[in-house]
Amino acid sequence: MDALLFMIFAAIAVVCGVNLILQTHPISSALSLIGVMGALAALYLLLGGEFIAAAQLVVYAGAIMVLFVFVIMLLNAGTEHKTPMGKGTWAKYAGVPLLVAFLGLVAYLVQSIVPATDNVVFGEFRKGTALEIGRALFTTYLLPFELTSVLILIAILGAIVLARKEID
Amino acid sequence: MNFFILSIIKAAVVAFILLTALAYLQWLERKVLAHIQLRVGPRRVGPHGLLQPLADVVKLITKEDMIPSHVNKIFYLLAPFIAVMFALIPIAVIPFGGDLNIPAFTVGGVTIGPIHSTMELTDLNIGVLFILGISGLGVYGVALAGWASNNKYSLLGGLRSSAQMISYELPMALAIATPLLALNSLSFRTIVNAQSGYIWGFIPRWTIFQGPFPFMFIAFILFMIAAFAETNRVPFDLPEAENELVAGFHTEYGSMKFAAFFMAEYCNMVTVSCVATLLFLGGWHPLFPEAYGSNFIPPLIFVGAGLISFMHAASPSRPLDRFTLPVVGLVSFGLAAIFMAGIFLVPTVGAALMPLFWFCAKVIAVLFVYIWVRGTLPRFRYDQLMSFAWTFLFPVAIVNLFFVALWVALT
Repeated sequence: MDALLFMIFAAIAVVCGVNLILQTHPISSALSLIGVMGALAALYLLLGGEFIAAAQLVVYAGAIMVLFVFVIMLLNAGTEHKTPMGKGTWAKYAGVPLLVAFLGLVAYLVQSIVPATDNVVFGEFRKGTALEIGRALFTTYLLPFELTSVLILIAILGAIVLARKEID
Repeated sequence: MNFFILSIIKAAVVAFILLTALAYLQWLERKVLAHIQLRVGPRRVGPHGLLQPLADVVKLITKEDMIPSHVNKIFYLLAPFIAVMFALIPIAVIPFGGDLNIPAFTVGGVTIGPIHSTMELTDLNIGVLFILGISGLGVYGVALAGWASNNKYSLLGGLRSSAQMISYELPMALAIATPLLALNSLSFRTIVNAQSGYIWGFIPRWTIFQGPFPFMFIAFILFMIAAFAETNRVPFDLPEAENELVAGFHTEYGSMKFAAFFMAEYCNMVTVSCVATLLFLGGWHPLFPEAYGSNFIPPLIFVGAGLISFMHAASPSRPLDRFTLPVVGLVSFGLAAIFMAGIFLVPTVGAALMPLFWFCAKVIAVLFVYIWVRGTLPRFRYDQLMSFAWTFLFPVAIVNLFFVALWVALT
């Protein structure tokens, strides 16, 4: 059952991810990205990371992507135009073999580095609850957590300073 | 296997009741609004227009399903589906009552074994976060509908709704976090169980009466204000402000697609009312202790409804009322009899029905407030709406959360 669900959601994630690149309209791409986020949330849930799954939905699918869609709608961005290939024609022929080689390399590295006993078993991981995450964030990883918060705050302030118009 | 059958049955029952409730919520809204404005509201179809929702559904289904030529077809058709889907999903994690224990019984030689279950579809221990996440996705339906319609009024409506929902999600999340912090859980069932019992024997230990007193109450008010905006209801119904934007995001929609948006809106209202009831108003715990006779409230209400029906049937305003109103009266008496039987004869039925009654009563009360506000308040202007969210609601919610956190840390 778990394996079947995993296959379904993994397939949705991959299809949406490919669709994200293939679509020429920004709204279609944004919606595909939301599909990827939703499928990832379901995968987290399958692995036992229920808090991460909820956070994925609330933050990425619910907040950040709404902002993306909002901006695309506000600018009324139209369909992208394909640029002619020009100098990069050799990419047309070398692209697919290189991609296969790259995927093979990644698969080989993962196989050789990660021992087979470290395989994930569905339902075995029990530290994904809000309680465990909160405890880890505010004890073991307190410093990185606070530093990240400050970093994000600085980023927000920077964005406001850059975007603000000079008012005389 | 048992689990699957039970889940399917529960899902079917909940879906049927929810969809019927949505249709009748529309009837209730029209009736209450009419009486606020000194009209009588729907009256022609059935006694007091009770069959009006059915007539509306037939009308909407049989209408011509037209697609304007200038729309972006895929997204235009997708938007109502998204809106309805993300409005219906949150009901899955909302508990309606306590435990459900059905002893073993035999039907036609087949013994259906003792069933122990809970009165909800699934008990997620991050239920509150799940609802926040899913309801946050509902905005895509509205935004896409506005954009795909290729109409400037619709686009403005869609843009307004996205901006409004992003802005009001923050104070709403902060207001929801307040009771979670004080009651120390993310599961609805645990939260409601933490609200059982009474202070001094008669004040219910609901969240709004608990803890640091004014702060919980402020959190409840903040939650309700933000929830009104999240569900696009008056006084925050800017996405469909009819005197500015024709009908906003659903200008170009007709027939069932139009109805889908209405269903989503009413469904969101029900969800938000359920969340308010569970987090702040004590879930299915009664208003006052059983020792003072809170169990006799439901039969009394239904007997009263039955008597009123029969009284009106005695002097009917329309000829058909002589037949229809007694039926309504008999149904009310039947419900009263079921509750009385639950109290005195079959305690298992009573134990299942009482929490359900109190939960529904509270949800209906919150829904009534929704309609009441719609009949009372005028609409905000758009800049007022935004500055209200960011310069008033958000800071107040943060300060409120801070004080509750301080209180939790000190005790």
